[in-house]
Amino acid sequence: MLAAPDPREVLLVSRTIAGGLRQTDLSVPDVHCGACIRTVERALGALDGVTWARVNLSTKRVTIKWRADAAPPPFIETLRNVGYEAHLFEVDGDATDTTLSELIRTLAVSGFAASNIMLLSVSVWSGAEPATRDLFHGISALIALPTLTYSGRVFFRSAWQALRHGRTNMDVPISLGVLLAFGMSLYETVIHGPHAYFDASVTLLFFLLIGRTLDHMMRERARVAVKGLARLAARGALVLQSDGAQTYLPVGEITPGMIIMLAAGERVPVDSQVIKGLSELDVSLVTGESVPQPALPGSVLRAGTLNLTGPLTITATASANESFLAEMLRMMEAAEQGRSVYRRIADRAAGLYAPVVHLTAAITLVGWLIVSGDAHRAITIAVAVLIITCPCALGLAVPMVQVVAARRLFENGIMIKDGGALERLAEVDTVVFDKTGTLTLGNPRVVNADTIAPATLALAGAIAAYSRHPYSRALAAVVPMAPVPIPLDDVSEHPGYGMEARLGGSVLRLGRSEWALADTSNMDLDGSSVVLSRDGQCVADFRFEDRLRAGAAETVGELKRDGLAVEVVSGDRETPVRMLASGMGVPYFAGVLPGGKAAHVAELASAGKKVLMVGDGLNDTPALMAAHASMAPASAADVGRNAADLVFLREDLSAVSQAIAVSREAGHLVRQNLALAVGYNLIAVPIAIMGHVTPLVAAIAMSGSSIVVVANALRLRRRGKSEKPQGASASTPRMVVRMEPAE
Amino acid sequence: MTDYFYLIPIAIGLGLCGLAAFLWSLKSGQYDDLQGAAERILHQDDVPLSH
Repeated sequence: MLAAPDPREVLLVSRTIAGGLRQTDLSVPDVHCGACIRTVERALGALDGVTWARVNLSTKRVTIKWRADAAPPPFIETLRNVGYEAHLFEVDGDATDTTLSELIRTLAVSGFAASNIMLLSVSVWSGAEPATRDLFHGISALIALPTLTYSGRVFFRSAWQALRHGRTNMDVPISLGVLLAFGMSLYETVIHGPHAYFDASVTLLFFLLIGRTLDHMMRERARVAVKGLARLAARGALVLQSDGAQTYLPVGEITPGMIIMLAAGERVPVDSQVIKGLSELDVSLVTGESVPQPALPGSVLRAGTLNLTGPLTITATASANESFLAEMLRMMEAAEQGRSVYRRIADRAAGLYAPVVHLTAAITLVGWLIVSGDAHRAITIAVAVLIITCPCALGLAVPMVQVVAARRLFENGIMIKDGGALERLAEVDTVVFDKTGTLTLGNPRVVNADTIAPATLALAGAIAAYSRHPYSRALAAVVPMAPVPIPLDDVSEHPGYGMEARLGGSVLRLGRSEWALADTSNMDLDGSSVVLSRDGQCVADFRFEDRLRAGAAETVGELKRDGLAVEVVSGDRETPVRMLASGMGVPYFAGVLPGGKAAHVAELASAGKKVLMVGDGLNDTPALMAAHASMAPASAADVGRNAADLVFLREDLSAVSQAIAVSREAGHLVRQNLALAVGYNLIAVPIAIMGHVTPLVAAIAMSGSSIVVVANALRLRRRGKSEKPQGASASTPRMVVRMEPAE
Repeated sequence: MTDYFYLIPIAIGLGLCGLAAFLWSLKSGQYDDLQGAAERILHQDDVPLSH
């Protein structure tokens, strides 16, 4: 859609690797089969200077290595020619995810240890002779010790962090349980006692690491998917030096006073002022205004707006970190500080759980000391209480549900950043929508095409096909292909005014009425209309309107039916906002400044509302930050996508109601799972306190409760499957990225 | 019973081999693109290892 990036931009985001080579990563969302891999790798491999190109089908990325001594080959143009849209993917240092590989390694080690110790334990449970039993306990200890030091680190580290700051989290009872079980078992082994809990402590680690790994994978997948979307901010700009040379500088190095050459199709890198040139700017992503703004010498430009029709020479008035974008970032920080801190369900549960469990174990210890006077027996039973209450089911209860829910959302093209966002989304009672780019698609559509004669329409479409202006695009899109090509001559674009062409002996103009027409006095026109004229006489006038996103009206209706309050808050002018909002029957606020949006959300929050903010523009980001939960479409500004809790990739707005529905279902299942875990403890703890728990009982109880919790979480998945045929999402066009689940 | 104890170190040793193999395959990037690997085998041209 946009112009291919400048080769200098490609150079800017590539990085040097060994052997005089540079590496570039591209995100190619449309790659989906083996034939695609072949086409892409062949096309890139045939380029001059490319030494290596490899597609990763799971992440839909391609890594290219090319010789650093030449200019970067035209990767993106080449891929476009073979039918794949691609965009640059930032290579940040070592892109490999070290946390995930650490988790998988610890998981593998604990899995190995758990299975081997369990093997030895089974023979102990089935009544091995004391000598054999002691030998097996010894071997188990030898396996368990390195496993605990290696795989247990994950939990010990986090528990230690929490304790040092005077807090407690789920990892504290886990670590304590695991370590005490191991310590006691070691003592039992040394004194040749009958009961050792090596299997319990290692299996516990294994189960909990599964939950931990799944949780991490879910967040990582969303992060990578969002990162792979096209970047909508400029990375650099062509700067005119005082000696007349042109240099491509990264945005960060541009200082006020520098002169920048801005081509059509590029984004304004920093706040600046026009010196020379005429053009029009798409400001929808920045301010929310849907009508392109004219740019002429003296106009002030905000960073992030898109130059549409003509080249401009501009002078920077602010550096990147003082530009509009930076102002938004500061507002975002302020908004985040103002927001009340949300504590995740798991942490709240841990806050209650840990003290109760530890107190129970302590009371058991003291009680048995008094009753029997046998210190060894008392300690054994107290440790058994700790093991049996170790929150295995509790540790899986929440992440398991959230992973299944995230997966269901992912299948519908919705990325969720973390599990906490899912919990917050379920509590939402007010939804605030931005207009341009969120409720609407942010690109205009011809509304009166059916009142215009087909021949005239075809003529307008033929002229419009030569331009990149959003109105021209919209015109070209409604016109069916003309059966006979129209012989236009001398087609030229007049930035800020429109298109001019010759047909036979007459001059055709398509554009602003005051430019295209000889006399405009008796015409009823406004800024958002375009006329087609022949020698100064009006032939047709076209009205444009921003197009509603698919499913927008239905979604708003559905949200209202579900008892949620819906509002529209926009930075656009009053008229278009009123028309849209009254059509849906929702209250609206027009002409709102970015700070005003965040303030409005904060106001709602202080009135006790839980707000879901849905927005795409730079001007929405402070409000996204201030809201209880936030969503952004994939077409949103980069900062907005990063600030939002959820990003939806498809055009359909029903993603909002879907996400809320899934989050509520997930919330329901999480509570059910927590109830199951508590119920299990209510049965198991008295048995443990009575001293009836043996290692065999502990192993069965722990595995049993974990399986119940996991099975319960998986119900969410099945429910999603059965609902699928009714969902209209199967036929919705996919917007920017096509994604298949990563399995 | 005790005659068969020699099986225990063998069992654990085999387990360790499996673990080591898994860690090695993880490290050498064999799980980076599971979908791609599944498709590639159908499309890649056969190249003789030596001439």
